Amino acid sequence: MELNDLAHHTGEWLKGTGPYANIVLSSRIRLARNLRTFPFTNKASKEDLEAIMASIFSAFASEAMAKELTFFRLNELDNTDRQFLVERHLMSHDHASNPQGRGLVVSKDESLSVMVNEEDHLRIQIMQSGFNMASTWEAVDRVDNALSQKLPYAFLPEWGFLTACPTNTGTAMRGSVMLHLPALVMTRQITKVLDAIAKLSFASRGFYGEGTQAIGNFYQISNQVSLGHSETDIIQNINGLIRQIIEQEEQARQALLVQNRSTMEDKVCRAWGILKNARTISSQETIELLSMVRLGVDVGIIQELDHKTLNELFIMIQPAHLQKIEGKKLNTFERDTKRADVIRGKLNGKT
Amino acid sequence: MKCDKCTKKATVHLTEIVDGKVMEMHLCEECAREQSSHMEQQFGLADLLAGLTDFGKQVPEVQKDGSACPKCGLTYEDFRKFGRFGCADCYIAFKAQLKTLLKKIHGSSVHLGKKPLMIVPIDDASSDTAVVVEDKPTVKVVVKTVPVLVVETPDTLRHEMRKAIEREDFEEAARLRDRIRDMEEGGAHGAE
Repeated sequence: MELNDLAHHTGEWLKGTGPYANIVLSSRIRLARNLRTFPFTNKASKEDLEAIMASIFSAFASEAMAKELTFFRLNELDNTDRQFLVERHLMSHDHASNPQGRGLVVSKDESLSVMVNEEDHLRIQIMQSGFNMASTWEAVDRVDNALSQKLPYAFLPEWGFLTACPTNTGTAMRGSVMLHLPALVMTRQITKVLDAIAKLSFASRGFYGEGTQAIGNFYQISNQVSLGHSETDIIQNINGLIRQIIEQEEQARQALLVQNRSTMEDKVCRAWGILKNARTISSQETIELLSMVRLGVDVGIIQELDHKTLNELFIMIQPAHLQKIEGKKLNTFERDTKRADVIRGKLNGKT
Repeated sequence: MKCDKCTKKATVHLTEIVDGKVMEMHLCEECAREQSSHMEQQFGLADLLAGLTDFGKQVPEVQKDGSACPKCGLTYEDFRKFGRFGCADCYIAFKAQLKTLLKKIHGSSVHLGKKPLMIVPIDDASSDTAVVVEDKPTVKVVVKTVPVLVVETPDTLRHEMRKAIEREDFEEAARLRDRIRDMEEGGAHGAE
């Protein structure tokens, strides 16, 4: 896998297909696992970290899927490359900031990514396009089963998988669904929805993960509880909640179309106009406008654009991606200019 | 809500259980600091994570007995400070406290999910170090005061801000907005 080749397209999980792809960007499940024979990452010595990484890498290397995998040692990548992998949702910001003794395993289509020595020895993640929690679970379960025959996991029958943080103990599973909810935001119902989510012990985050605010009307909803329920129960709970949110977003979109069609068309078309013509633009503004355009595509106001192109733009307009595309370091002003170039290229090419 | 001791806004909410009686106290930051100069040390990250503190007060006595994880040396006090365990054996070393903690975090302390295909019994794997599993603490601890701190996070502040907007207290809402921004500064990335 050559990082430079990746900059121009996105992984399978952003192809814009799958159930409810108009509202659900992606389904994601991650499992945290630790090796029984080593201290957790925060107490592990430099030698421990190397030994953990070596055993995990070799466990993957002996799998049939090994030829599809790329192995990264984070300290061998520069800052831009690490940021680039964060922007593609393949690893966390925290993982990128502490590269010593840490690794990453990524499948060719980017649906599987495994952080090595983040907070836990293993963070196994599967991402799929659209609303697909059941098949996402099957995929991550398969990888986990294969690894668990080779690596001695830290596990207690009564408490399940043991993790560095007790909030993950048990199934050590976090399932999350990325939703685009512009109509619930525009009709001011989102606060009620988010309150309900919090009451049901689910968390809501922004597009760019933990610690980020919701921009561009994107919300990542995930389970908080990991002990006392089976994995399939947790997934059923997520599915039940997400189905309700999807239904409400669909109703809000219909209501907007019926009651405020001209206002909505105006917002969408203005956003479309700016994106196709701007010469310099910030990422914040881009994301907000792309959200409006996405809504326009979903309700049929804009016909000449597909979800895949839109999803790609959400990834490509980030700083490290722009620098990869340009092939050199760019300052903020240069990035804003390059960003506008990339957007015009993508959008005008499609018309 | 106003501070019980002065007229400033109460931001720290304490619930004390003394001899079985529940007492609530609402204080501003300054008065709270006076009330307990040890406040900072008392409420570790682990407590904040779960929004609970009562389990922690029971441990110092046990710790004086030398209750540290025999494998990695982490003390329960360290865990409370950092919110992270040092190794799998910590789960056995702090079994008694953990049962309560896990129940508070997850509403259950029983695993119902999958098992790994290969299970290494935890006591065997650590046979080089004797691990004493104790279900009950050996020292009887009398709990006198159990403070519960209602912690301010960006999410709770946002909730307060919405309430302020609803009652059209825009000055307060703006103040809360600035505090949320301060808290979240440096946390976000990706957007410029």
